[in-house]
Amino acid sequence: MLTFNDLVTLLPVLVLVVWAVVLLVIDLFIPKARKGWTAVLAAAGLAASLGVNLALSSQPSVALEGRVAFNGMAVLDGFASFANALIIGCSLAGIALAYDFLKRMGMERGEYYVLMMFSTAGMMLLVQAYDLIVMFLSIELLSIPLYVMAGLARPRLDSEESALKYFLLGTFSSAFLLYGIALIYGGTARTDLQGIIASAQSAPINPTLFLIGAAMVFVGLAFKLSAVPFHMWAPDVYQGAPTPVTGWMAVGVKVAGLAALLRVFVMAFPSLSADLSPVLGAVAAATMIVGNLGAVVQNNIKRLLAYSSIANVGYLLMAFVPYANGQVVSDAVAGALFFMVGYAFNSFAAWAVVAAVEKKDGGQMIDDFAGLGRKYPWLGIAMTVAMLSFTGVPLTLGFWGKFYIFRAALEGGSVTLALIGLLTSLLSAYYYLRVVVVMYMKPGDPEARREPWVNVLAIVSAAGALLLAFFPGPLLDLATKAILRLL
Amino acid sequence: MNYILLLLTASPLVGFLVILFLKEDHKSAIRWTALLTSLATFGLSLALLPGFDAQNPDLQYALRIPWLQVGGADISLSLGVDGISLMMVLLTTFLTPLALLSTWEAITDKVRGFNIFFLLLEVGMLGVFLAQDLVLFYIFWEFTLIPMYFLIGIWGGARRIYAAVKFFLFTMFGSVLMLLAILYLGLAAGTFNLPQLAEQRALFAGAQLWLYLAFAAAFAIKVPLWPLHSWLPDAHVEAPTAGSVILAGVLLKMGTYGFLRFNLPLFPEAAVQTAPYLAILAVIGIIYGAFVAFRQPDVKKLVAYSSVSHLGFVMLGIAALTPQALAGSVLQMVNHGLSTGALFLIVGMLYERRHTRAMADFGGIWKVVPVMGGLMLITALSSAGLPGLNGFVGEFTILLGSFISPVLNSPWFAGVATIGVILAAVYLLVMFEKVFMGPLKHDENRALKDITARELLTVVPVLLVVLWIGLYPQPFFNLINPSVERLAELVQTAALAIH
Repeated sequence: MLTFNDLVTLLPVLVLVVWAVVLLVIDLFIPKARKGWTAVLAAAGLAASLGVNLALSSQPSVALEGRVAFNGMAVLDGFASFANALIIGCSLAGIALAYDFLKRMGMERGEYYVLMMFSTAGMMLLVQAYDLIVMFLSIELLSIPLYVMAGLARPRLDSEESALKYFLLGTFSSAFLLYGIALIYGGTARTDLQGIIASAQSAPINPTLFLIGAAMVFVGLAFKLSAVPFHMWAPDVYQGAPTPVTGWMAVGVKVAGLAALLRVFVMAFPSLSADLSPVLGAVAAATMIVGNLGAVVQNNIKRLLAYSSIANVGYLLMAFVPYANGQVVSDAVAGALFFMVGYAFNSFAAWAVVAAVEKKDGGQMIDDFAGLGRKYPWLGIAMTVAMLSFTGVPLTLGFWGKFYIFRAALEGGSVTLALIGLLTSLLSAYYYLRVVVVMYMKPGDPEARREPWVNVLAIVSAAGALLLAFFPGPLLDLATKAILRLL
Repeated sequence: MNYILLLLTASPLVGFLVILFLKEDHKSAIRWTALLTSLATFGLSLALLPGFDAQNPDLQYALRIPWLQVGGADISLSLGVDGISLMMVLLTTFLTPLALLSTWEAITDKVRGFNIFFLLLEVGMLGVFLAQDLVLFYIFWEFTLIPMYFLIGIWGGARRIYAAVKFFLFTMFGSVLMLLAILYLGLAAGTFNLPQLAEQRALFAGAQLWLYLAFAAAFAIKVPLWPLHSWLPDAHVEAPTAGSVILAGVLLKMGTYGFLRFNLPLFPEAAVQTAPYLAILAVIGIIYGAFVAFRQPDVKKLVAYSSVSHLGFVMLGIAALTPQALAGSVLQMVNHGLSTGALFLIVGMLYERRHTRAMADFGGIWKVVPVMGGLMLITALSSAGLPGLNGFVGEFTILLGSFISPVLNSPWFAGVATIGVILAAVYLLVMFEKVFMGPLKHDENRALKDITARELLTVVPVLLVVLWIGLYPQPFFNLINPSVERLAELVQTAALAIH
């Protein structure tokens, strides 16, 4: 029986889904030349969902206890509201990124925004999932629209290739996830997190199956997050997909995936940490190393940012390593959330500039940015801030993100991992600086679009990455409060 | 609470804000704004002197504003000066306006950006010398990288990009290790505040050596200590004149200052243990820098390598850990900033006139530019350590201090380093001979313009201080000594504990 509580708990997601369905119909009546209206309406839907989410998040029932609904299938707690807000923010940024770009590239379709809303709903549901089956379903809801969006630049070959690759590997990873869920069910006889927690505490029926299942769930999510060694698809997909899709999914999917990973690991798998923590540590180290090394040799800015996003997942995973260490975990998880916010600001600043410079046939190489700093000072500054913040140079949000994460790693006793993280940050300085060098120190005459929304997005994101760095305290407090119930 | 240090650190930002609203075409307005701002900053730093109690080795004008809480440890906006900091602050605020003035004809492109970066750089440098919180220090330390990177990369010479990136990456390599150590200290002691950490040394005594090495990595690269110096010649040669002046005059001192401010008070036992090794590297640097400088055909490169040699003396003094040696080191930090700054200024003038720095392209120009030649001679002699000029006082004190140092326990360090003094005279005078003396070899040089009034204004103040320190160094030592003696005492206690 559907209760009021069920509705309220899922209200942020429901608002979005209902609005997306309605928008699909409205879109039919919007003339082809005016698809911008669909974007505006989609943004309104997202804003409404954000409003609902924020209104709910301040309620004590959400912030302190967490609302559990649908017989323990979904939850809305501080952590979910925090992640939801971040995800919706990313989607709003994604619309700003796409608005003029799609028009200019001649691929403006109303479906784009609707698909984006469905996928966003999937991300939010993933964050709110309290049952492994719901988690699986929401990953599918998140992914299927993305497969379509990656191929939106049809008949451009690399876009189609990107869609197919993403689809095939995405399905593959779903299979892992599903198999993992099945094994966990075999090991604990439950699929809901509460049940699994209870079972894990009182010794699971079959600990081996439980462990293998948990590992496979990790693999399935690691695919989505493009953690090494499950990252092979990311550079190709990121390069081939239309830039607004890439920029948006490089942040949104990662936020949702990491949030889900955090929830499952911290809540349900602490008993497995003796086996899983070393694996997480190894994956984090490999991801940092491979991501940063891969980025060094790239000449295409989209591929460079793709590798950089892989590297950033490595830093985030580093915060997961001490996930079962009661004293450290709260610092680590709050640090990870903080890092994600910084990563979102940096990414959108960078992707907005990339979208502004890209042309129908090219404009994707780093050398195409030559002279940008002089001709378009604001775009140049935005990109510079993004690059410095990615590197982790003070005073940027990226610096504090790394500061908190490395501190958590040290606190958890993984000095080696922190050292790898710091040294790979040094490596990353090389390729991030390369972009700055090209923009300011090489002569050139680039053609960037003066489109309002992309420019606003670039400047607002860069300003966020810069100004929030002076007051990182409140943001960290927010993150620390968000995870209270998780621990 | 006394906010003067905060005001001092932030004061260059006023000029920065004004320049932001000036158009690129108003070049002279931009230049004047930057110059006047930096002069005001200098004035503020002089205003510290009357109220500064020279007898007191403690931090003065201390300020602590809470900023952040990180897992129980607080990060605060803590500033303070002691004698060592004060010297460095004065050096910074003194050299910045002179360096800015030297760019008035050299930098004609993107004037706005240049002055903005220069003022930001000054904020960073002042912050480094005043910060008493490890995280705050790290922020300022890393922050100085960005303006300097752009100054080299945009306004530099032919290989500027290579030099800028190399400068950035080398420094950052050391910094990340330092950051790791800072994080560790914060976790171990529950605070990032330097005076508190120094009191609670026992909490991290076990990991002392590693922590010392992590900090030392960052500072040794910045100094630069042999064999980590390879970024320096590139950065110096490619940087614009004003950039070189600040790089040599102030940025290198951040490294030696770091040793004095962090490594000695936080890890005195490790400092005693590693002192002989540090001294060996310092002495190698002295001799190596001198020989390589001697072989350079390019004047600017010669001056760059001479920095490696001269900072070797400073490092030797820091390794010797006696009060004399430490005081000599601090004074020699100031001396090197002045002498090398002036050398770079004059080399810059030559370059502006002839667009070459190869010694072979000059020769005998003293007849053409008598005033410039005279100033260059004084500067070169001061750098070479002629008695009566500043370099002698600093080097002599360092050598004396390290000769009797119980930590080094061998006269050989000072003995071999003394050869460096002789070598310095050789390469600097040979350089002077090749450029200014002998017959006039190139006809292009006949019409060289002698030093202009503005250029005179950049060099003469430096040389006046050079003479002052050379003839009457006591006021400087009075400021330096109490802080240095406290450091030496601390280290001696540590040394006794070990032996």
